Amino acid sequence: MTEVLFFIEVVVAGLLAGTMYSLVALGFVLIYKASSTFNFAQGAMVFFAVLAFVGFMELGLPFSLAFVVTVLLMVLVGFCTERMVLNPLMNQSEDTLLMATIGLGFVLEGLAQAAWGVEVRRLDLGIGDFPIEWIIDVFGLFVSALDLTAGIVAAVLIIGLALIFKYTRMGLGLRAVADDPGAASSIGIPLKNIMLLVWSAAGVVALVAGMMWGARAGVQFALVDLALKALPVLIIGGFSSIPGAIIGGLIIGATEKVLEVYVGPFFGGAIEGWAPYVLAIFFLLYRPEGLFGEKIIRRV
Amino acid sequence: MFLKNLKNCLVGSVAVAAGALSMFATPQIAFGEEKQYFPIASSRVGPYSAMGTGYYGAQIDYMNYVNMNGGVNGVMLTWQECETEYNAVKTVECYQRLLEKDGQRIVVFDTLGTPGAYAVINRMAEDNVVLAQYGYGRTDGADGRVWPWVFNAASHYWSQIAVKMKFMAEQEGGIDKMKGKKIVHLHIDSAYGREPLPAMRSIANDWGVELVEISIPPPGLEQQSQWLQIRKEQPDWVTFWGAGSGMNSTAMTNAARVRFPRERMMYVTFGAAEEDMYPAGDAAVGTYAVANALPGAEYPLVAAIKEQVYDVGKGNLNDESRVGSVYWNRGLGAAVMWIEALKNAQEMHNKVGKAVTGAEFRDGYEALNMTEARLAEIGIGGMVAPFSISCANHEGAGKFAVMQWDGEKFNQVTGWEAPLDPAYIRQLVEDSAAKFAAENNITPKVCP
Repeated sequence: MTEVLFFIEVVVAGLLAGTMYSLVALGFVLIYKASSTFNFAQGAMVFFAVLAFVGFMELGLPFSLAFVVTVLLMVLVGFCTERMVLNPLMNQSEDTLLMATIGLGFVLEGLAQAAWGVEVRRLDLGIGDFPIEWIIDVFGLFVSALDLTAGIVAAVLIIGLALIFKYTRMGLGLRAVADDPGAASSIGIPLKNIMLLVWSAAGVVALVAGMMWGARAGVQFALVDLALKALPVLIIGGFSSIPGAIIGGLIIGATEKVLEVYVGPFFGGAIEGWAPYVLAIFFLLYRPEGLFGEKIIRRV
Repeated sequence: MFLKNLKNCLVGSVAVAAGALSMFATPQIAFGEEKQYFPIASSRVGPYSAMGTGYYGAQIDYMNYVNMNGGVNGVMLTWQECETEYNAVKTVECYQRLLEKDGQRIVVFDTLGTPGAYAVINRMAEDNVVLAQYGYGRTDGADGRVWPWVFNAASHYWSQIAVKMKFMAEQEGGIDKMKGKKIVHLHIDSAYGREPLPAMRSIANDWGVELVEISIPPPGLEQQSQWLQIRKEQPDWVTFWGAGSGMNSTAMTNAARVRFPRERMMYVTFGAAEEDMYPAGDAAVGTYAVANALPGAEYPLVAAIKEQVYDVGKGNLNDESRVGSVYWNRGLGAAVMWIEALKNAQEMHNKVGKAVTGAEFRDGYEALNMTEARLAEIGIGGMVAPFSISCANHEGAGKFAVMQWDGEKFNQVTGWEAPLDPAYIRQLVEDSAAKFAAENNITPKVCP
């Protein structure tokens, strides 16, 4: 294996891993766009959603029905969150909402484990996590079918959501709420419905992300920690940008893999845990709004 | 109104559940009965829950079983749980919280984690508490002259890696065939992951083996960088030292991605459980692992616990099928040692039928002599290797059995194997302990 080919393989692996991070980051972006709140519960939502999905399948539901029931469950979670958490905290500071999402995360983690148990589950999506033969034959690269599928799913989700937010009345309403909730409400845009919609959409995105990660690493509590992988992605891509989530994911994925393989050995390895944060700090210093985020200018 | 009712209903349910749980959290002991209190520093939630629920579940099941059969010479066992989430900081917090209860102090502490063990190890002598590291923890704690309160019984990580390297040598056709071979030690980036390295480096150096160390940041759901490096290194063997089912199963799926043969991977004891293998599916088939307590529900004690504890609905695990699994049997092995040590302590200090102190329990632990006959009498003959502990040697057997995963279960492929040269490993332990003693002005105890 030549050095060049190995380097390409490292970058490709990083880009594909990055799309997996993007899937998680997307849920954060949706909620941030609507409420300017960083949803600390997103990792817990990923865990909650996929554990419920697997749990329903264990109860005997077929794959498609389990998916539909879990989507409905995530809508219910969105409804409960809007009514029990967001509505009572309406007009409170962003910090208050942030703390509320931390609490929500603990509740979801606890509920999921109480309802379905703590055992690690296997999730078989019918897509093998094995290298694709023809890519090996043609390019000499080992690319997993599951990773490639995750990349396609992430791309479809991102394009779909971007189109919805840009060209539909719902998307217009969402953008209006994000710009100025008070003004949006005064012209008749139903804030509650928008919030419900966004939290439900974030729940569905969490389910999809959880399914891809669960198929790869098992359905288990460690999925909660995926939120930590999404944070630098958001800082780089911008908290409010859907395309930013995928670009940020790709940058983080490729950078962390290259750094781990080529720089990691000089530091004793395992630098990919913190290297993305170093990169994120540089962005915070020189481009705090991220690559695609909105530049916020406040009067002081 | 509906939402208000729902809220009240939820709050009420949580309160009832908490009340019910608190009833089950501590055993019901009649007033006036002699009691011995044990701490359960469990890890039931979080990434390491599969390990914690099985291990500590077995300890509670066994203590329930002992109580149902009259206690230890009439002394009933009590316990209290504290959740550590396998976190060293929380382990220290739990240690402090569990240290005393109803005027009685704990006599033993089991962190089920090397980071946690390192965090509390210096408190043991001061508090008169035995640190029971059942096959994990600080390895040079096996030198009882420097660490009188620390035990690695019945094996530690340096013996474990030596047994693995012996197995590799056997597979390759002898030690002379190991020269020029390459082993990657793939490990979690923590004290636990690095613990076997001193012995591994030393043996590799002696045998002419090239050792490559690659670390994984926790929780380890993403290991592509590490496995790409392994693909580039083209090692002959990989020793995997991970923690948590996520990291453990991901390693196997990533091995499959780069087509590294699972028959060339050897898993650490804390990755060698059914819960670590299932999530990886077919990718796990062929993986080798070692055990200090073999799985299986056919052992008489396991069967008795199922009958007397689970059949009357007092079992600690929700899923009874996990009784007899790797982690559950390991917890049982650890709990059996506590109770045997307690019996020894009562007899040695003329306190049969009475609770013992930490110092007395320590003496009982150091007097453990788990012969094949005694293990069979208890009902775990063959489940663990026979061993005895002495004043200087706090390790015991130092033996492991190699198992291989077939997709459904582990199959034992060797008997109880000791390192090729146990004296060599013991010397490494003594050297390390002596260095620690010198650095900390400790005068080693003189053993008879």
